Amino acid sequence: MALLEVRDVAVSYKTLKGELKAVQGVSFDLQEQETLGIVGESGCGKSTLGLALLNLMPPLGKVTRGKIVLDGKDVLTLDKEELRRVRGKVVAMIFQDPMTSLNPVKKIGDHFAEAIRAHDPQVSEEQALKKAGEILGQLGLSADRLSDYPHQLSGGMKQRIMIGLALALNPKLLIADEPTTSLDVVIEAQILDLLRQLKGTLKLSMILITHNLGVVAEVADKIAIMYGGEIFELADTKTIFRKPLNPYTKLLLKLVPNVASESTSLEWIPGSPPDLSLPMAGCKFAARCPSAFDRCRAEAPRLQEVEPGHMVSCHLYDGGGDR
Amino acid sequence: MSLKSYIVTRALLTIPTVLLLVTIVFLIVRVLPGDPALLHFGKQVNPAALASVKRALGLDVPIYVQYYNYMVGLIHGNLGIAFSNEQPVAPQIISAFPATLELTLGSMMVAVLVGVVLGVRSSRRYGSLEDTVIRTFGVVIYSIPVFFLGLILIAIFAIGFHILPSGGRISTVVPMGGTFFGVHIQTGLYTIDSLLAGNLGEFVDSIKHLILPCTALGLYISAVFLRITRSNMLEALGQEYVTAARARGLKERSVLYGYGLRNGLLPVLTIMGLEFAGLLGGAVLTETTFAWNGIGSYIYNSIINRDYIAIQGAVVFFGVIVAVVSLVVDVLYAYLDPRVRY
Amino acid sequence: MKEERKSRVRPAINFFFTLPRFGTGGKMVVIGLAIVAFLLAMTALAPYMEPHDPTALNVGPHDLPPSWSYPMGTNRLGQDILSRMIAGGSTMMEVAGLSVLICFLVGVPLGLLAGYSRRMIDSPLSLLMDSLYAFPGLVLAIAIAAVLGRGVVNLSIAIAVVYIPTYFRVVRSQVLTLKELPFVEAVKVEGGRTWNILFRQIFPNVLPSIAVIASINVADSVITEAGLTYLGLGVNAAAADWGFDIYYGYQSLLSGAWWTVLFPGLMVVLLAGGFTFIGEGLSEVLNPRLRR
Repeated sequence: MALLEVRDVAVSYKTLKGELKAVQGVSFDLQEQETLGIVGESGCGKSTLGLALLNLMPPLGKVTRGKIVLDGKDVLTLDKEELRRVRGKVVAMIFQDPMTSLNPVKKIGDHFAEAIRAHDPQVSEEQALKKAGEILGQLGLSADRLSDYPHQLSGGMKQRIMIGLALALNPKLLIADEPTTSLDVVIEAQILDLLRQLKGTLKLSMILITHNLGVVAEVADKIAIMYGGEIFELADTKTIFRKPLNPYTKLLLKLVPNVASESTSLEWIPGSPPDLSLPMAGCKFAARCPSAFDRCRAEAPRLQEVEPGHMVSCHLYDGGGDR
Repeated sequence: MSLKSYIVTRALLTIPTVLLLVTIVFLIVRVLPGDPALLHFGKQVNPAALASVKRALGLDVPIYVQYYNYMVGLIHGNLGIAFSNEQPVAPQIISAFPATLELTLGSMMVAVLVGVVLGVRSSRRYGSLEDTVIRTFGVVIYSIPVFFLGLILIAIFAIGFHILPSGGRISTVVPMGGTFFGVHIQTGLYTIDSLLAGNLGEFVDSIKHLILPCTALGLYISAVFLRITRSNMLEALGQEYVTAARARGLKERSVLYGYGLRNGLLPVLTIMGLEFAGLLGGAVLTETTFAWNGIGSYIYNSIINRDYIAIQGAVVFFGVIVAVVSLVVDVLYAYLDPRVRY
Repeated sequence: MKEERKSRVRPAINFFFTLPRFGTGGKMVVIGLAIVAFLLAMTALAPYMEPHDPTALNVGPHDLPPSWSYPMGTNRLGQDILSRMIAGGSTMMEVAGLSVLICFLVGVPLGLLAGYSRRMIDSPLSLLMDSLYAFPGLVLAIAIAAVLGRGVVNLSIAIAVVYIPTYFRVVRSQVLTLKELPFVEAVKVEGGRTWNILFRQIFPNVLPSIAVIASINVADSVITEAGLTYLGLGVNAAAADWGFDIYYGYQSLLSGAWWTVLFPGLMVVLLAGGFTFIGEGLSEVLNPRLRR
């Protein structure tokens, strides 16, 4: 059985303009020790999906349908206390901006001690801090940092602490939402290295959410391409890069500047992402897709297995009309 | 820098601020169009009488001498002699202060209990019916002038049901205070004084007199606290560190207190401090409505009587209070928010 | 040019019609506007609406409780309270309106100037405003009113001085944030001149905050004006005025005539409340609360 089974999950936000359907019917599996990269533009719903996996919606957001079965339990049906116990212990999450992910009025040590003792009240403060020190050591940080406040540390250090905090309780799954986006390239490389290491030593499963194909190429086993709240393509990393099928995927790959290529101009996709608060018929990408035809505008395609281990949502590959 | 050095630095800064304030007040009172003494007495006064009063009040000397006398006087706690009753200003203010202090403390309690608590509650239930109800309540209360609220309360409880007095601080004799470890103490705060004397009847009576004015003033201020608390809490609760804390599986209670309130209420604290200082300067409307002899009444009467020396004294007093309270609030803030000190 | 102006009016009008869809905030604005509009209309049409002459004495028996012939009762001088309620808002509205105008004309430009200029100009201005701000509002207003004397203009100035620092501060801090933003850099790079930048780039972005402040401010002015009138520093003792009525009503209150105080007070609450609703609603609507 897979560690994580996501079935037809939809998430909506209540906004001034109406109901914004951020995620519309997403399904995938994640095995133990597998790393999935979820890639897409801003606003495609990937961050929302990440939060939904922990049932951590902001006040005006709601999971409107679907099942998220993590380690045998449906996260969406757990009561408050059970959910609290799952968070941190079974699945952990790190966020994009390390500057705002730590409580400015608490010391680093307190962050760790609180988290550890929230799940095991028997542990004393000293024991928790000792454990925290060990974790920092594994991340390449001195235990002195425990008595510092967040604003005294650099972005890279903070992100490492976030990772440490997330892994303090030995979760099985780590969800990383744009973990390197706000870091400079050098630190980014270090963090990615760290994640790769941890993947191996801690036997961790990971979901890496990002808009940067370069990042997932190095770390992910499988990649899911998201657009307009849906998954457009899902396959293992090599396949996505060598045999992309969905037109959107192909365009995304073209966008990555290649130093070796001869072209000196930057590629871009004309148009802009759809407004998800308006109802839409047909494929969400139809307006911008170079291969779109009539059926694309009328009917939305579904995610189907086109070859073993390779799912695509696109009318070009669904056998033209039989369903 | 550490907390201690911050305190010292901040305290030292207070001194020039107070000096500046005191000088400005001095200048304003004397820079007003016309002679302060003349303006007070009006144009019909007998020039000889005016001259003798001026001499008695020390106003017939050159301005720089006046300034010198003024500053020397201030160091000794002398705020001048009032025009209206030719009594020293300082003792009058000091005797009026406890009344205002009692009123302030009581009102702040009400304001915090109603405003902050409801504000937090409202922020946790953003978008819900309860949120809307609380916000509407806040808007309505904000729109009620404090004296109207006071009058309504008087009408209902004092005149309608006769269960609470309609004004004044006490119906019996003024509590004389009591002894504490052999020392006689009379604070001027009737509640404390009656307790010190062991006189429960006086204590209950003084509380009864406090209820209506504190409720009126307290509710009036709670509207401001409610709005500010709600908006600051909404912002704090929306921060990523709150989501991250929940993602770690912390108990909701810990998240609310340690991550939400600790951060969200910090700015509210500053406002509360300023409001407290402002109240100590005298709540004129409340004091006049409830016949409360505090600083507010004193200032009001001084202004109406054009008693500029008294006004000057009261403003200096108020300025010093604000400076001291600001200092305390800043230090407290520095203690609670490590970002300020490091 | 005309095309441009036309295209700005239509969206503005549409904005008002779409307000109810903007959730609770929008509804609050609409309710507030409705209340204010009603009161303004009532005051303007007072001569046609009042059943009796509000200033005439002894229209009916003194201190009569509400009844069919006098729905709000009569006061100590035998005046019909209902008529006085209908006509009593004009001074208050004039003063509140004028004081907000003064605040806007003085506070906003000074705030823009201070926020945008160097410390030489900013520091003394801020210092002045901070010391003004530190004064307990009412005391300051009373003092100025006492010095300047009676009259709509004087009262408006007294109230305006109390609130100018608030406008100043809000505008200044907004400008400080805005001037660091890239779009201002962009205009500068294109050779935009300072006045141009201030008025056409920064000012429109400051307007939403000013709108919120102004609405709440009108409410505050109404309440302050009521307070000043209640203390006897009002404008015209003879005319019908809600503030004065509360002042007079105090005497009757002690002998049990609650209606002499209740109705004028309710009118003040209604007027202040209307503006506060607008302000609260606007701050909700104009605040990007959708974090995504």
